[in-house]
Amino acid sequence: MRAVRRHGPGLLAWFAGIVFFLPIAWMALTSFHSEADAAANPPSFTAALTLDGYRAFFGSGGGASPWPALANSAVASVASTLLVLLLALPAAYALSIRPVRKWTDVLFFFLSTKMLPAVAGLLPVYLFAKNAGLLDNIWLLVVLYTSMNLPIAVWMMQSFLAEVPVAVIEAARVDGARLPVVLTRVVAPIALPGIAATALICFIFSWNELLFARVLTGVVAETAPVFLTGFITSQGLFLAKVCAASLVISLPVLAAGFAAQDKLVQGLSLGAVK
Amino acid sequence: MTATTAPLTRTPVRAARRPPARLRAWATRAPLLPALVFLIAVTQLPFAATLVISFFDWNALYPKARRFTGLDNYRQVLTDADLRHSVWTTVLLTAAVVLASLVLGLLLALLLDRRFRGRGIVRTLLIAPFLVVPVAAALLWKHVLYNPEYGLLNGLSHYVGGPQPDWISRTPLLAVEASLVWQWTPFMMLILLAGLQSRDQQQIEAARVDGAGDWQIFVHLTLPHLRRYLELGALLGSIHIVQNFDAVFTITSGGLGTANLPYTVYQSFYQAHENGLASAAGVLVVIGSLVIATFALRVVSSLFREEVSRA
Repeated sequence: MRAVRRHGPGLLAWFAGIVFFLPIAWMALTSFHSEADAAANPPSFTAALTLDGYRAFFGSGGGASPWPALANSAVASVASTLLVLLLALPAAYALSIRPVRKWTDVLFFFLSTKMLPAVAGLLPVYLFAKNAGLLDNIWLLVVLYTSMNLPIAVWMMQSFLAEVPVAVIEAARVDGARLPVVLTRVVAPIALPGIAATALICFIFSWNELLFARVLTGVVAETAPVFLTGFITSQGLFLAKVCAASLVISLPVLAAGFAAQDKLVQGLSLGAVK
Repeated sequence: MTATTAPLTRTPVRAARRPPARLRAWATRAPLLPALVFLIAVTQLPFAATLVISFFDWNALYPKARRFTGLDNYRQVLTDADLRHSVWTTVLLTAAVVLASLVLGLLLALLLDRRFRGRGIVRTLLIAPFLVVPVAAALLWKHVLYNPEYGLLNGLSHYVGGPQPDWISRTPLLAVEASLVWQWTPFMMLILLAGLQSRDQQQIEAARVDGAGDWQIFVHLTLPHLRRYLELGALLGSIHIVQNFDAVFTITSGGLGTANLPYTVYQSFYQAHENGLASAAGVLVVIGSLVIATFALRVVSSLFREEVSRA
């Protein structure tokens, strides 16, 4: 009884961890199987390993090459993240370091736009893009992803910037430092981990986005998630390929997320949980 | 959180020579403007347009027949059996996923709050589902786990001589929900774990000295402390799951009665070209979200006030 009390929770946690991770582990294993072994019934745990799934995914197997889609996703995610930082940093600075009257109202306005569902503006954006000849243009996604992440970024960053001691800023200003200098020399170094977390989350959300990309892109500007939707109806003939594709496309997010687990929580809860 | 989040109580930074008050006020607001203008242009204008379109009978294939119909689209959305069903599906999907992942996340957070060998590894294993690209996660469930021929679920069931159902066609909505619960439980766990680790240990010690058992401590100390974290997890989860498109689109393509409102909106303008109807459904999603959002903003603002008053 005592042993159960002592080791039970730990064992249970290990069990839960393995159960939750099992689908991903199985996906990884399947991605290294041949298509025949991947579709075996019952599933084989000892089948020979091969890179065929990855070869098929990267285009030598006859399908379309995923490289343009991966490149598009990289452009859309990185460019929109940079744009978000460019817009959110001054806004967050105004909200946290120099008091703006009714600052909570402004913050709430920012947050409320995040609660406006994406589908609510999808049609007008589509019609606008169609008339302006911007359909299938990656830069349209950059603009939309920026607006999607901007509210969260402003919120997160104002909470991170608020951690910069006012005394330090005042001292710098008394010494005659102007705003750009204060921002780059004083504020940025202290708030940098928070800014990095913000950028990370914006990157992940943009990389994951499907609805806008699906509706507004086609051949040229297709992103990685849209590329993945091409596998939806494949009737298991290419299971290893599906697994390889899913893993490769998830890799940037998995890597980024594991690297910054704690910051991720803080960021996703808009800085409210520390 | 230290005494730093209290911009309200701060005095403005004093420069050596002060420019006129009006100019200063603008200088203070100026850094806010780019972000504000950008957000209004990209999010509020399209929504305003959606609102206008929702009052028109407008099929994109017959643009000449476009005409003002008032609230007809809304009437249609709310009376059409399919559309009404998708309203119900949205509610069911959101409530089930949020509640299940919250409860599971709480249990996991309680386990991970204890010290045991390999805690860091288990935490990393548990976070992984949240970090898989949503479409990839949905594909994983659809093909690798649910497939009746070679899916892992039936494969494991085979070894113990269990049944071999076709999960997606037998319990379609549950199949979508299970995949979403798998993705969102880690998120809830992370938030609740942060909550657990911010508890006042001295208070717990004191209660223990007074003879309180584990269960009493949980009910009277831990749960009340976790309330804000539970609320925060519930509302952030709801905001995302109400809008879920990826899982419904990938696993069932909205078939078998799993079409939620976002999927319906997508389908009615992307496939059926019913612009007016799609807009009305979109506005309804917004109204639903507003209900959550009102609650959400209240929670967030109470978190805020607490921070300010603590400062």
